Amino acid sequence: MSDANMLTDASQAASNVSDPKPVPRKGGRRREEVFKVLFVVPAALAIVALFGYPVVKNLTMSFQEYTLRTFFTGKAPWIGLQNYVTVVTDDVFSKALVNTALFTIGSIIGQFVLGMLLALFFHQNFPLNGVLRALFLLPWLIPLIVGSAAWRSLLEQDSGIINITLENLGIINSPIPWLTSPDVALISIILVNIWLGVPFNLTLLYSGLQDIPEELYEAGALDGATGWKAFWNITWPNLRAVVSVVLMLGVIYTLKVLDIIIGLTQGGPANATQTIATQSYQRSFVEFKFGQGAALSNILILISLVFAIVYLRATRRQVDE
Amino acid sequence: MSEDTAPAQNRSVRRRRRRGGIRTAIAIFLLAIMLFPVYWMLNISLQSTGGTLATSFLPVHPSLDGYRTAIHDQGRNLVTSLTIAVGTVVLTLLIATPAAYALAQFRFRWINWALLAILISQMIPGIVIANGLYSLYESIGLLDSIPGLIIANATAGVPFGILIMRSFMLGIPPSLVEAARVDGAGLLRAFLSIVVPISRNSLITVGLFAFIFAWGDFVYALTLTTKGDIVPVTLGIYTYLGAHISDWSAVMGTAMLASIPAIVLLVLAQRYISAGVNSGAVK
Repeated sequence: MSDANMLTDASQAASNVSDPKPVPRKGGRRREEVFKVLFVVPAALAIVALFGYPVVKNLTMSFQEYTLRTFFTGKAPWIGLQNYVTVVTDDVFSKALVNTALFTIGSIIGQFVLGMLLALFFHQNFPLNGVLRALFLLPWLIPLIVGSAAWRSLLEQDSGIINITLENLGIINSPIPWLTSPDVALISIILVNIWLGVPFNLTLLYSGLQDIPEELYEAGALDGATGWKAFWNITWPNLRAVVSVVLMLGVIYTLKVLDIIIGLTQGGPANATQTIATQSYQRSFVEFKFGQGAALSNILILISLVFAIVYLRATRRQVDE
Repeated sequence: MSEDTAPAQNRSVRRRRRRGGIRTAIAIFLLAIMLFPVYWMLNISLQSTGGTLATSFLPVHPSLDGYRTAIHDQGRNLVTSLTIAVGTVVLTLLIATPAAYALAQFRFRWINWALLAILISQMIPGIVIANGLYSLYESIGLLDSIPGLIIANATAGVPFGILIMRSFMLGIPPSLVEAARVDGAGLLRAFLSIVVPISRNSLITVGLFAFIFAWGDFVYALTLTTKGDIVPVTLGIYTYLGAHISDWSAVMGTAMLASIPAIVLLVLAQRYISAGVNSGAVK
């Protein structure tokens, strides 16, 4: 509020200036242009060094035999597509690809549906709405590894509270090995990732709902559109832009998830939760075969790129405004 | 609506109020489900039961042993994380604030390209950055160093910060800065004495998020340290989780301590947090 006042006061002061001093000497203008560029130089350097360099480095490394030895000998012989052939023909690769797809699709559907239901619920008036909605953000603000630790305890096979509760209720007879059975582990990490993603979906969809003009619903109600009808005919069409952004960002962020899987299962048991991202980590930082890790992460970039293009087309209008 | 009599109005007000109350109750119930894992973390952290998990829903015999072990084992790591997070906030703001202003107010021809590059950079997987930075850090001696982790963590904050602050700075009337310039202030001084104070709120939002990103970072902590002398608390928790867990209350005590910034921010700085999340450019 005080900022707004400051703005208006100062701009009035600006328009009250009656005789502006003449523009500085010759050459001042050019120096000014150079100076303006200096404002973006640190950011440009940061983006080149922290994003550009790693991307290019990944590309070149993926065509080299780049291992731990490289750091001692300084030699990284070019080996063409060998790294790609090695990682793609590995048995784990097809498993990781399927897991990545299942993990992404499962997480996105769960997060989106729950986020949407919650957003619709909070789009009603009731006391404490704002405070309660904000508290939903907590799982998303705590470190991912903390979330993983919490779920490790909940899903613990013998003394975890989930199994104990299910047993006490008579729903299961023997404890479910949530994180230690190859048949269940992927489902477990999807559930945890849904929990982590709900706040993001809720918040963006809620603000999307708030932007739909109330008059549309009033007009719709006159035509008999209430409840489900109002949702399908008014809410959904008007929310489509927000929905596409939420889904695309969700896919791009889920594809690269690493922390949660490493914290919960480390890709195991028996590679049951191995994804492209965890495989890349495994090759680079456990086996120190950086070339192969880079090849996998380039495959991951390629997959994200497809979705990124769709996303950029969807948001271009917002950026251009 | 058909009856305009006072009793009918009163009744509808009362009905609406009751419906509001029911909704609040449902919301609290849903929130309880959502936050149950966090509650369970607190619950376990207060019960010293060693390698088996406590199963009582309330810490009937609360004990702070878990926290004592946590601080003994991980106190140094919490300080490491704090140093890295504060460093990341400073670096992010130093880099992103002038750039955000330039992209909002200067008429560069290539602005749309710059924004496109920023959007794309946000989508690059952390593992790609870790892969590339590892060999760079190895050659310039930044592996196993706090500055190395600060720089890596700035990768999350800088693009996000530029986008958030730029969208705020688009609204600053150019006449403000021009007035200061006419009075003889240089570009830099006008920026520092006018633009930065006016944009204070967006700077706070970006700073808070840069803190949260860096504090919660696990991927860079895991990949860009090798020797174990620099251990952010996230990595400390992971080490706890790695082998057979012998002291659950210490694990959860550390996890609770690592959640303090998130909880404090949610309570004290809620409006900045919502501002950041709503801008949509968040991880």
